[in-house]
Order: sequence, then C-alpha cells, then structure tokens
Amino acid sequence: MFDSVLKLKTTYSKEVLGMRVTKFLVIIAVLFSFTVMADAGTLEDVKTRGKLNCIVSSGLAGFASPDEKGNWQGFDVDFCRAVAAAVLGSGDKVKFVPTTNKTRFTQLNAGEGDILFRNTTETLSRDADLKLTFLPVNYYDGQGFLIRKSLGVTSATQLAGASVCIQTGTTTELNLADYFRANKMKYEPVNTETNEESIVAYESKRCDVYTTDASALASTRAALKKPSDHVILPEIISKEPLGGAVRHGDDRWADIGKWVVNALIIAEEMGITQKNVKELAKKSGNNPGMNRFLGTEGSMGEMLGLDKKWAVNAISAVGNYGEIFERHLGPKTPLALERGLNASWKAGGILYAAPIR
Amino acid sequence: MDPIASLSRLWRDEHSRSVIIQILAVVLIFGLFAYLVRNAIVNLEAIGKGFSFGYLQEPASYDINQHLIEYTSRSTHFRAMLVGILNTLLVAVSGIALATVLGFSLGVLRLSKNLLANRLAHIYIDYVRNVPVLLHILLVYGIIVNTLPVPREAQSLGDIAFLTNRGLFLPKPIFEPLFLVILGLFAAGIVFTIWFRRYAADIQRKTGEHYPVFWISLGAVLGIPVISYFLIGGPITFEIPALTGFNFSGGMVIRPEFTALWIALSLYTAAFIAEIVRAGIISVNYGQTEASLALGINHGRTLNLVVIPQALRVIVPPLTSQYLNLAKNSSLAIAIGYMDIVATIGGITLNQTGREMECMIIVLLLYLSLSLLISFAMNIYNKRIRLVER
Repeated sequence: MFDSVLKLKTTYSKEVLGMRVTKFLVIIAVLFSFTVMADAGTLEDVKTRGKLNCIVSSGLAGFASPDEKGNWQGFDVDFCRAVAAAVLGSGDKVKFVPTTNKTRFTQLNAGEGDILFRNTTETLSRDADLKLTFLPVNYYDGQGFLIRKSLGVTSATQLAGASVCIQTGTTTELNLADYFRANKMKYEPVNTETNEESIVAYESKRCDVYTTDASALASTRAALKKPSDHVILPEIISKEPLGGAVRHGDDRWADIGKWVVNALIIAEEMGITQKNVKELAKKSGNNPGMNRFLGTEGSMGEMLGLDKKWAVNAISAVGNYGEIFERHLGPKTPLALERGLNASWKAGGILYAAPIR
Repeated sequence: MDPIASLSRLWRDEHSRSVIIQILAVVLIFGLFAYLVRNAIVNLEAIGKGFSFGYLQEPASYDINQHLIEYTSRSTHFRAMLVGILNTLLVAVSGIALATVLGFSLGVLRLSKNLLANRLAHIYIDYVRNVPVLLHILLVYGIIVNTLPVPREAQSLGDIAFLTNRGLFLPKPIFEPLFLVILGLFAAGIVFTIWFRRYAADIQRKTGEHYPVFWISLGAVLGIPVISYFLIGGPITFEIPALTGFNFSGGMVIRPEFTALWIALSLYTAAFIAEIVRAGIISVNYGQTEASLALGINHGRTLNLVVIPQALRVIVPPLTSQYLNLAKNSSLAIAIGYMDIVATIGGITLNQTGREMECMIIVLLLYLSLSLLISFAMNIYNKRIRLVER
C-alpha cells in the first residue's frame, strides 16, 4: 500500500499539479480503487508463510498452556499441530496466538490467526452472526459448577443468592443467566477476563462458585492448592460442543480443518497410532479404507489441496484422537477426565466422524 | 504563457506554495481516512457482516452485578449500555470529588511549615505519582478482597451495616411520601441562600456591615430540613441487610470493585492535583499576603479573598486535564471486573453480538462526550474566575 502511495505522490507532482479539483478527484479515485485482499487463499497464505498461526487459549491447563520450557502443550494445541503437519508436513510449524475469550473471534476475523482451537462452543449465532465456520466437535462438554466442600452444597439448585465467578464473553455467561432465571434464583455475577483471574477471585472467596465448562473446571480444580477441598456439582446445565473454527468464506480451508479433525478420530477407530502409522504407510495393505487414509491408494490428499501423506503426517505429529485425549486430559493426567461422551461411537460415546472416501 | 513556467512561479512564491502544501496535506489526510473507512467497509462486507445498530434492541441475556437502574438479563443491549454509562459516571463523579478534596488538602500540607506533615505529603505524592494507576487499582482491590472477612464472618458495624470482602452492606432508605416536604424545604433553603448571599454582599458594600453568612446559610440549607424531619416523625424507614445463605440480602451494597476503583483513581489523581495546587499557591506573590495582613484583614479572609482567587487562575486549567484523566482512567475498571462502559457495551455485548465496529464507535463517542462535557463545565468555571481586566 505504501508503495502505491509513494508512486501516486510522484506521478501527481509531475502531472496534475495546479489543477486542484482534478487532482483531488484523482487521489480519491486512486485510493478507492485499492482492492482489499479478499480472504480466499488461507491455504496459500499458510504455505507461503511456512507457519500456521493458530489461536489458542492464553492458559488452560490440559487444553493449551506453555510448559516450563515455553513449549505449548495441550489438547487444543495438538489439534493445531495436526493441522500444521497435514498442511506443512511438520507439527512444529505452528505459531500459537494466545487470546482471551473476548478477543478470540475478533482476532480470527482480523486474520491474526488462520484457525482457532480454543475450547470454543459452537452456537448458531457464532456461526451465522459472528461469521465463523465451525469444524467438527472435538470435545463434547457441558457447563458445571465448582464449589468449596465446606459450604455443604450438593446441588446447583441450592445456589440461590450465591456470588458466581464467570469469564466474560463466553456462552457460559448466558447459560448462567438463563439457568438462574429459569430456576427463579438470584445471584451476583463476578466477571473476570480470564480463567486465571477467575481462579484468583475464587480462591480469595470473592465468589462462592466458579462456573465454566466441566472440562475447564477439572483443569482448574487440579490447579488449586488442595483439590480435595473442592467439588464439582453434579448438574451440567448446558450443551457445550467444543470445536475449532475458521473464518467464513474460505471453504477450501474449512474443508482442510474439518478433515484433519475427522482423520484424528478415524485413526482411533482404525487402530492407527503415532507408533505404527509410519510402518503401515510403507505399502498398501488389504484394507482399502486404511489405504485411502494412509494415501497409498486414491488421491484424498490432492482433493484437499494437500500432500498424499497429509493424514500420516498429522498422526505422526500428535497421534490419534484417543492418544491426544489420554496425553492431556485422561485419567493419568491431573485433570483425570473420563472419555464419557467423547469415546468413539464404537465404545459407547458419540464421537463419530464422516468417512474418508 | 507556458503552463510549466507559471507552475514553477506558483511554487516559488512563498504564499501560494504554502497554500499548495496545505491543500496537499488536507487531501492526503482525507484520502488516508477515506481509504481506512473504505477498507473497513469492504472487509466487513467480504465476511458478510453488515453495519447496523439493530442489535441494541435485542435482549442482552447477561447479568450485571451493579446496576443503578432496573436491569435483568431480559433487558436490551441498549439498557445494558445505560447501566454501563451510569456506572462509569458514578465512579468518575465520586472520583473527581474525592480527588479534589484530597488533592487540595495534600497540596496545602505540602506547603505546611510543619516538617512532619510536609515530608509525609512529599513522600506520598512522589510514591503515588510514579506508580502506574493500574497497579494501584489491583493493589487496593487485592487488599479489600483478601483481607476483609467473608459474609459469614462479616464485620458488623452496629448491627445495621456489615463489612465483607463482597462489599459494604448498608441499610437502604425507603422514602415515604412526606419526605417530599423535606426535599422541598431543602430546595427552598438553597434558593434562600443564593438570594441571601447577594443581599449580604450588597449590605456589606453599602454599610460595611458583616452578616454571619456561612452560619445562616447552613441553617437554611441543612438546619431547617433536619429539624422538620424529626418534627414530622422521620418519614424514612430503613431496610437492614441480613445474612441469608451465601450473602447478605436486602439493604444496599457498595461492591469492592467500585470501592477499589474509586479509591485508587482518587488517590492517584489527588497526588497530581496536590502538585498543581502547590504550584498555584506559590505563584501568588507573598507580598500580596503581607499587604492584606497589613490592611488588618485576618488570615482566613486573606486566604479566601486574596490568595485563593488568584491561585485558582493557575490551578483550574491543569486541574481540568486531571479530571479528564480520571474519567478516562476509569476504563481500567475492566481489570477488576467493574461493569463500566467498556465492560458492558464494549465488552460483553461486543463479544456476544460480534459487532466490534459498532460497539467501539459507541464506546469512543461516549468517552468523547464525557470528556467534552467535563471540559465544557470546567471552561465555564474558568471563565468565571479568570482575571477581569478593567
């Protein structure tokens, strides 16, 4: 843009000086004829840049947080890495863009990130009005309440009059208002910007209860000084299907995000893991479905505009869905979350991805 | 004539050259502005977002803890914005009031001949002025929330008010119809005072006789209403807050978010005002005080009639910018979750509706109006006190 302006100035001082009206019109016309970069080629942008800009949480243990060495770790982080591996061939070619609840969509729409994996609930208004395209759900969640055991509360229906910590700019804020209104209970909302601020307010007893997605509550509880002093109430007051998202208007890019998520889920169904994927991909076997997945048969990668080995690269970077879950959220982690709804449909959950065919 | 030659003559002439450069500058600025606006419009259209304020009429769907007007989650975004505006005004006005009182006191202390008072004020001012206001806000908030007791162990103040880390719970006055009489008397008292001050000044000019204006005014404005309040039998009842479950209910509450913001902004701005006041007072030549004393005017009246009116001329213009600073700094409320303009319309509403452009325009206009309003009021005052040349 600056080049154009400079050129403009020189042509202008040579030719149009003196004709005041004309030059004014020329300037305006030239400025107005600048075409704004349409947002159609995210894939090309990412390839030229050689890095994927991925919007994540500014800090939610288990989902996205930097470890002691400053490397980003977590469930959402691994989905970023999987997309980077599918597109660029390496799960390390990611620049993480940490955001708060409030700024995440603005930053995505302003192009500061190519894709968003930030424990974000898919809703109609976000899809249609905020102009996002959601990728398949990667975590089925619901809103719960965290409270001190010493208060003796056993059900969310006993929370009348409580002070409740919430993060602003979330669906939980709206669910909370609806839930208390429907149950004719009063409460005092205590608004904070981030999960960390909510924890500080909760620990200082500014609020009695902290409400957010149950998975994030598990993460929060694990980080408290004495987790056993706190309890997550049994009520889940909302559906929170969490998933990645991209900007409206770039279907090709949305397809890539969608099928990378599907591939991670399908890999688990097929028993393809981080360990065996390279071995399996060496030659085509007897299972046509697996061959298509591994790129030894058909041209699934090309259809997406990616390499033949896109799915192989994604799995070798982060493993399949089950492995990602176990690594960051499963029973062996401080969060100790059960698979529950997030088990494969073959194992009693509702995780069910469309086939790669 | 050759057009190139006439052009170069135009350029060599100092006057026409300056006109050309000015036109160039204006055109470039407008061009840049037009480009930015167009860029925004085109980009918004590219992702399919229109530009409309229709969302203001839809239900906000979120709750706000401190609302000075009736508000529920079913109210509109517009009403949420009003709640935010009132919260900002509340903290700005009370902040300006407290900062002024503190600032003037500190400024005078700083000039005191008492070494201890002088030094303490000096240390205080230097410390406060050199630490960012955001840290003050977080510090005060942290102290309130972490040191005050939880509601179940509330500090009772005579069993009518309760101090907790969720706020100060106070009895809420409920006004009965007869209270209008008191209000009427109060208004009448103010009108009387305004008239009486002029009358007394007139008398003094003519005869040199002094009336005890202050005491008579106080009696008219406060004395008569207070006495009649008790004569009528106290037409106000109080609703005392009571502990029910998690929190106190009934009564009124001053939340820690408000208190922290109010105190921190006031303390911070007061330090700046103190320096302005000190500069103002020093600017009045000591000879004036000596002259006044030599004429037999006592110390109090010397200060009131000679020093302060002249000092104010120096104080008021920079004081205005401190007031503006305070009003604008109130947007730091977001750091502790005080629900001001930025947190409501510029925060939750923006996020829930995705109308960044519209919301930010509203927020900008609101702060602009608030600042212009303060400037306007202060300019009127400034005109009244400035040097009248005869």
